[in-house]
Amino acid sequence: MTPRTEDELAAIIKGADAPLRIEGGGTRPIGGRAVGARLSTSAMRGIVLYEPGALTLVARAGTPLEEVEAALAQEGQRLAFEPMDHRGLLGTAGTPTIGGVVAANVSGPRRVQAGACRDFLLGVRLVDGAGRIVRNGGRVMKNVTGYDLVRLMAGSYGTLGVLTEVALKVLPAPQAAVTLRLSGLDDAQAVAALARALGSPFEVTGAAHLPGKATLLRIEGFAAAVAYRAERLATLLAPFGAVTIEDDPATVAATWRDIRDVAAFHGRVGDIWRLSVRPTDAPGIMAGLSGVEALYDWGGGLVWLLAPEGSAQAIRAGVNARGGHATRLRGAGADAFHPLPAPVAALQAGLRKRFDPRSILNPGLMASM
Amino acid sequence: MQMPAPNPAILSRKAELVARLRAVLPADAVIADPAETRAYECDALTAYRCPPMAAILPSSTQQVSDALAICHEMGVPVVPRGSGTSLSGGALPTADSVILGVARMTAVLETDFDNRFIRVQAGRTNLSVTGAVEAQGFFYAPDPSSQLACAIGGNIAMNSGGAHCLRYGVTTNNLMGVTMVLMDGTVIELGGAHLDAPGYDLLGLVCGSEGQLGVVTEATLRILHKPEGARPVLIGFDSNEVAGACVSDIIKAGVLPVAIEFMDRPCIRATEDFAHAGYPDCEALLIVEVEGSEAEIDAQLALIEGIARRHDPVELRQSRSAEESAKIWLGRKSAFGAMGQINDYMCLDGTIPVSALPLVLRRIGEMSKEFGLDVANVFHAGDGNMHPLILFDANRPGDLETCEAFGAEILKLCVEVGGCLTGEHGVGIEKRDLMGHQYGSEDLAAQMDVKDVFDPGWLLNPAKVFPLDASRARRAARGRAA
Repeated sequence: MTPRTEDELAAIIKGADAPLRIEGGGTRPIGGRAVGARLSTSAMRGIVLYEPGALTLVARAGTPLEEVEAALAQEGQRLAFEPMDHRGLLGTAGTPTIGGVVAANVSGPRRVQAGACRDFLLGVRLVDGAGRIVRNGGRVMKNVTGYDLVRLMAGSYGTLGVLTEVALKVLPAPQAAVTLRLSGLDDAQAVAALARALGSPFEVTGAAHLPGKATLLRIEGFAAAVAYRAERLATLLAPFGAVTIEDDPATVAATWRDIRDVAAFHGRVGDIWRLSVRPTDAPGIMAGLSGVEALYDWGGGLVWLLAPEGSAQAIRAGVNARGGHATRLRGAGADAFHPLPAPVAALQAGLRKRFDPRSILNPGLMASM
Repeated sequence: MQMPAPNPAILSRKAELVARLRAVLPADAVIADPAETRAYECDALTAYRCPPMAAILPSSTQQVSDALAICHEMGVPVVPRGSGTSLSGGALPTADSVILGVARMTAVLETDFDNRFIRVQAGRTNLSVTGAVEAQGFFYAPDPSSQLACAIGGNIAMNSGGAHCLRYGVTTNNLMGVTMVLMDGTVIELGGAHLDAPGYDLLGLVCGSEGQLGVVTEATLRILHKPEGARPVLIGFDSNEVAGACVSDIIKAGVLPVAIEFMDRPCIRATEDFAHAGYPDCEALLIVEVEGSEAEIDAQLALIEGIARRHDPVELRQSRSAEESAKIWLGRKSAFGAMGQINDYMCLDGTIPVSALPLVLRRIGEMSKEFGLDVANVFHAGDGNMHPLILFDANRPGDLETCEAFGAEILKLCVEVGGCLTGEHGVGIEKRDLMGHQYGSEDLAAQMDVKDVFDPGWLLNPAKVFPLDASRARRAARGRAA
């Protein structure tokens, strides 16, 4: 089913008597594919409004991400949360949509400085599981009118409603970007170096560690400012070793695209895990695991793991001991999403029951039944 | 302002309630004497007052949990209160409610500079959060103008903003986690020291829910290293349109100032008479502030100056020193005080798309003549958050009502042009009855569904946010359930 309008979508959902698998471009089957008949948003597409002077873009949910990014690039702007492309990591094909980005709250390395997708989401339109057309938020940056269902929808994987339109705050693209590279650091030293950099006034917009390879930082902005800040940062990090600065735009872009998309794990055999933890806890959690490979982003706060099948228990034990959560993006089993404490799970189930009383939207995702 | 009639059955059990609360809270933490509960009869929206049945001042999450469990069991409404600085009546009691004040919960629980967060109790003031980390060069970014007094718990309830949102976002963008007590006393943790949480974004849902979903007792907040420096430029124009176009051009040019403040002629005049900041005599004035090293600031201000020159400013004054910066900010920071000198005023808080600025200011000017009340406009221009100040005389019969009607028309205009009723002050009781102008019945129903899930008895912060007609059936259902 591929509705062309919000009203068509509402009619489909109202009339549905069996589960629906909600899909944008189908490139992000995080935690496995939901069961049910395919319901695609791909025909509800197009940029509805773009005001560069107000840093605002409104697009229908099925709009291809690249169409949004191209429109922004023409005006020297971008999605600052740097949504990753899951295709290489998950082995999917298709066209990522802006609605899919929002539904999975997809962000990239810049999340550590600029914020996540949910931080840039200004408004949503959706059809919930009862077929209700609901609007929340708007297209302005400051809006506290009523409850914030905008953030509730971001990252809810289509289990509360099908997005039809999203409004996003966009930001100017910088004039220049450089990568600072350190090498020879173990995980704990690397995370300490990244923490030092992120705690500086030099506005680091990327902070990653590829064990055994390199520890990387990114600075972006006006050319003169970037050069100045890179030099100051290199001095600050001198205790951690020699810093090389790379400023070729294509190389810098490629380096951070690879980190964003976890290129090092593409085509590799094993389960893929994504951990969100307190950055300085990350090396300790990794030290307690065997047979895994790790990549650190967000200064250590985001850990990508390539792990053997059946690692869920060990990974979650390590995370639970320190705080945070772990999601399996690729691999078999019913335990992809991190279990929630009982009272929080009860609230989540309560919301799901209200927004999708018949449990027909993406059943099985987000530990929903 | 219509409020639900107090429930006589609850009022008749006051003695029992107070005794039970005294059993779980320190003796001086339960206030039941009408002479003392008067202190809690209003917040900063002083036009509306109603003393609560009792007030409690717990000092720990456990005490909050114990007290809420008792109120829940007895069916007593609870109104959470931070520092009582709400401009929308967010902490206005009902006569049959208990005020739960977090003023005694001010401790810093943890600071972690490597992971860049601070964990505090909810009663700690906004400014003293920064105070706890500034020696190490850090700060907490959201800066509502009441930051000296307002509590973090209140900031979370209202998703407070401030002047620097364009760059740093509002509370929800700087909040990493909370400890929260549900109405039945259940304690939950949402988020924490890591950057995102599993499951639905309940943290984002709670932030800005005006104390209606739970009582936040502790918060984990993102802290940032201070920039090396900051300096403003002041630019005067002979029309609002040109000033608005200049704002748009600055943003389009790729500069992201930390603040772009806009003042119109009535506001400039009033502040000039009051603060003598040396502002030019013009129609519209912008204060644009940028951050970074000295060289970065120079480069950004030069770029902004180049853009502004193309719009023929009547005055352009770049700050070269801390002293000059203070002088430029002096008038803006005195704006509200200056208005208070002239008259009583009502401060509105709508947000509009920046492109609608000239139209909205022109319409406000016309309405000002229709209603016979003066308006001065102060405006966070970068993010479209307007603060029209309507001047009235509280001692003149009918003036407050005219002022409220005028204010409602301005907010409706904000919605009409694609904006919203409130950018940072919250709905409270003040804008409750205007919600139908922004949202349709299904939109409101979806929000009230959330309330049903978190607080099925509708006991937390009653009669706020949703029009009473819209919530009547749900509130009645709670009576049947109980």
